[in-house]
Amino acid sequence: MLSNKSIAFKLTLVITLCSTCIFASLLGYNYYRSRLVLRKELVRNARNLTMASVNRIETVLTAVTKVAEGVARSLENTRPTREELSSLLRSTLAENPEIYGCGAAFDPHATGPDSHPYITYFQRDHGRIVYAPDDTLNYLQKDWYQISRETGKKEWTEPYYEGNVLMATCSVPFYETTDGARRLKGVAFSNVSLDWLTELVASIKVLKNGYAFLISRYGTIVTHPDRAMIMNVTIFGFAEAAKDPTLRELGRKMIKGGSDFIPFTNLKGVKCWVYYAPIPSTGWSLAVVFPETELLDQVKTLSLTGALIGLGGIMLLTMAVVLIARSITFPLKTLAGATTAIARGDFDVELPPVSTQDEVGKLADAFAAMKSSLKEYIKRLTETTAAKERIESELRIARDIQRDFLPRTFPPFPDRQEFELYAVMEPAKEVAGDFYDFFFVDDTHLCFVIADVSGKGVPAALFMAMSLTLIKATARYGLPPEEILCRVNNVLARENDSCMFVTAFLGILDTESGEVIYANGGHNPPLHLKHGGGVAWLARSGSLMVGVMEDAPYRCERILLEPGDCLFLYTDGVNEAINAREEAFSNDRLERRLRALQGYEIKDVVFGIMADVRAFTGEAPQFDDITMMVIQYRGE
Amino acid sequence: MVAAPSTAKRAFLALAAAVFCVVASTSASAAERTLKKVSFIPAWNPQAQFAGYYMALEKGFYQKHGIDLSILNGGPETSTSEYLHSGKADFAVLWLATAIRERAAGVRLVNLAQIIQKSSMMLIARKSSGIAKPADMNGKKVGLWQGPFAIPPRAFFKKYGLRVHEVPQSYTINLFLHGGIDVASAMWYNEYHTILNAGIDPDELSIFLLKDYGIDLPEDGLYTLEKTLKNDPTLAKGFAQASLEGWSYAFAHPEETLDVVIRYMREAKLPADRMHQKWMLERMRDLVIPKENRRVMGRLTRNDYTAAGHILLNNGEIRTLPDFKAFTGQSDAQQ
Repeated sequence: MLSNKSIAFKLTLVITLCSTCIFASLLGYNYYRSRLVLRKELVRNARNLTMASVNRIETVLTAVTKVAEGVARSLENTRPTREELSSLLRSTLAENPEIYGCGAAFDPHATGPDSHPYITYFQRDHGRIVYAPDDTLNYLQKDWYQISRETGKKEWTEPYYEGNVLMATCSVPFYETTDGARRLKGVAFSNVSLDWLTELVASIKVLKNGYAFLISRYGTIVTHPDRAMIMNVTIFGFAEAAKDPTLRELGRKMIKGGSDFIPFTNLKGVKCWVYYAPIPSTGWSLAVVFPETELLDQVKTLSLTGALIGLGGIMLLTMAVVLIARSITFPLKTLAGATTAIARGDFDVELPPVSTQDEVGKLADAFAAMKSSLKEYIKRLTETTAAKERIESELRIARDIQRDFLPRTFPPFPDRQEFELYAVMEPAKEVAGDFYDFFFVDDTHLCFVIADVSGKGVPAALFMAMSLTLIKATARYGLPPEEILCRVNNVLARENDSCMFVTAFLGILDTESGEVIYANGGHNPPLHLKHGGGVAWLARSGSLMVGVMEDAPYRCERILLEPGDCLFLYTDGVNEAINAREEAFSNDRLERRLRALQGYEIKDVVFGIMADVRAFTGEAPQFDDITMMVIQYRGE
Repeated sequence: MVAAPSTAKRAFLALAAAVFCVVASTSASAAERTLKKVSFIPAWNPQAQFAGYYMALEKGFYQKHGIDLSILNGGPETSTSEYLHSGKADFAVLWLATAIRERAAGVRLVNLAQIIQKSSMMLIARKSSGIAKPADMNGKKVGLWQGPFAIPPRAFFKKYGLRVHEVPQSYTINLFLHGGIDVASAMWYNEYHTILNAGIDPDELSIFLLKDYGIDLPEDGLYTLEKTLKNDPTLAKGFAQASLEGWSYAFAHPEETLDVVIRYMREAKLPADRMHQKWMLERMRDLVIPKENRRVMGRLTRNDYTAAGHILLNNGEIRTLPDFKAFTGQSDAQQ
């Protein structure tokens, strides 16, 4: 997909993408780490804040507890008069500004001279201390009285409203030991207005919207920013309304006196964190809540700034990459244009000027050099081609001339019925080294020759022309075949600096008797195709090739052709024809084929063998000329 | 049109309104033309336990029956039978057990409707205190409310032969929560839920619903004095009828009802926990129209009456069971 886009585009895309990836992962990691650090910091702050508030509350509540304990202690095993008790309570209240009121209540079951159950109580009222005794027995069923009485321990009540004042009471039972039996005498108590508590908790601020709330020992919400919840709802009722079991679980952990920092989702579905800790003396629990989003606000701002800087950086980087890429690809593009022009043959096209010494500059220089050498090369090539064409045309002419050396009209002697002759030569190159010829020496003697010049091409052709002319000229004298070869050999060998030679088979047919006298100068032995069937090789004479050595001896042999017999002559282009597997056509195959072709017209025998050779070689290139000649003797 | 009516139009509208009023009033009986002022005292502070009456007043059902009702505030200091007796209230909510005892003691009050058909009272203990069955309560500290509320638990203790250490229980469950008592008295529709919402899970509690232990004393009923019924039977029956209509409406429109209940509670300066009131209203529905016994709402059957009477007789609360017809005002109504 990208492969057809420009380098500049790809470069810009890849670098921009990579740098964006690197930057994004850096930013992500940074965000993650900062969050962790910040959260840790926040947990510490929340804990410190909560613990500080808890301690402040605890200090007050402990003071209140001490008052109740002090009163209880002073009433244990003593029997103060009502007046004495009143002055004790009054002074205690005056000495302890934290408390709202304190008193003592006597149990109806207590025995003794002054066992009349009653309650004495002092409380503050607009800065004054007011005596508020009560002779009714209503207190007997008040939580502060009953709980402490039944548990026999110091107890803090759940917060409650007394008139419009939210308060809580600490009560301590006191006993009398008579006759070794310990009996409950009454309950001393001191209470505290919780207005200061509401203010204190309300003053706890965490981040922007964080807040704190306080729940009682059994989950009642004592202070909360939402005033409608105060004393109306327990945290469990809240959880029930929200259908949130995790909130109930949180509530249970809180009232069991645990402390922890945990996430939770509030009623509006906002993710929050809450830190809670118990207030030991009362079993109440203080919780500090803040939304997670605020917790992460700083990290977000930081990350956002980072993202903006990064974005700017990436844009700058992209621009830089675009510029550099352009500076590289612009010359390349013009070079590409120039290449197209050069490909069309326009070597005079203007190359872009590149002043830099970088790779592109070098490329442009190399390109200019290439252009001039190409131009030079093409010029030379044109000249060479012209020369070659000239040589080829000359070769064509030479071939025509050479072909004209060989008789090509068949039948060559239409008025002679005693024999029939057919020959063919297929040169492997433009000009050949093979040749054949036949002519009458006198009325009844037909001289025929087939030869193969060593080497190839023009030298062979020239040597062939010379050999042919020599043989023809020498044979005119009516000499026997061995003598003809002998004389030709001597002429050729004498001035043969190039060491060329020729194999030749030269025979003379007596058209009246059918006798053939022949001499073989190193040529392949011809085949005798007998009229009655049968193919026989003419015996090898063992003579040297013509033109190798002066005064080489050539023997004369003779054979009598019966009417219908044929002589088949050929050059090594036939039996040594090579196929693709580098196998030779071979003498055996030649003999076999000739047997098969017996009885056919001689022309058909030649074409038959030619076809066989072609079929055998197939596409394999041939380096030898193929020459064949058949002479059939018919008799009178 | 209404924003700037012409004089003629205003006259026409006034006339139309007058005609409508005449038609409306003549369609009702002549006796209801002027509403009768009566008062009613529920058994406790405003809460969903009395939602039906608030809704009947809110939706004008009492007015429809010719009643101009004022609902008084009950509470821990208030005895509703005393209010009836002294004439401070014309109608009142009483427990069946209380009413039978009063009747047997000579107070001539009659049952107009039995609202809560079942007993909803229960005893609750922490499993951690080792109480799993009634016998485990032997010798334990049990919180009991004063007055008629003590009757069903005492019947329960008697039935199971238990000797418990009775501790007067106040109207909060704090004594139980702080461990001052082992067993607390509770109403299914009220304190039980309060305990759950104090952070104690149901599986941490052993609960004894008294009706499951054969102590099934139907609770809230509507009562008036026999003479009030005799003087104006239509008024008394209309009051009962309107109240039942109010209950039907409350169960059909719980959210609207809760709004009204919460409003009453706030006016009485009481802690108002909507979820708690919702629980209470739902339980009231279970108690007023019990699933296992699809009876007509508000009816006191002779069987339930007799069964309750036997529990009271067995526990020495009464010596003789008052006549059922007289108790339900039927003999008087026929006269």
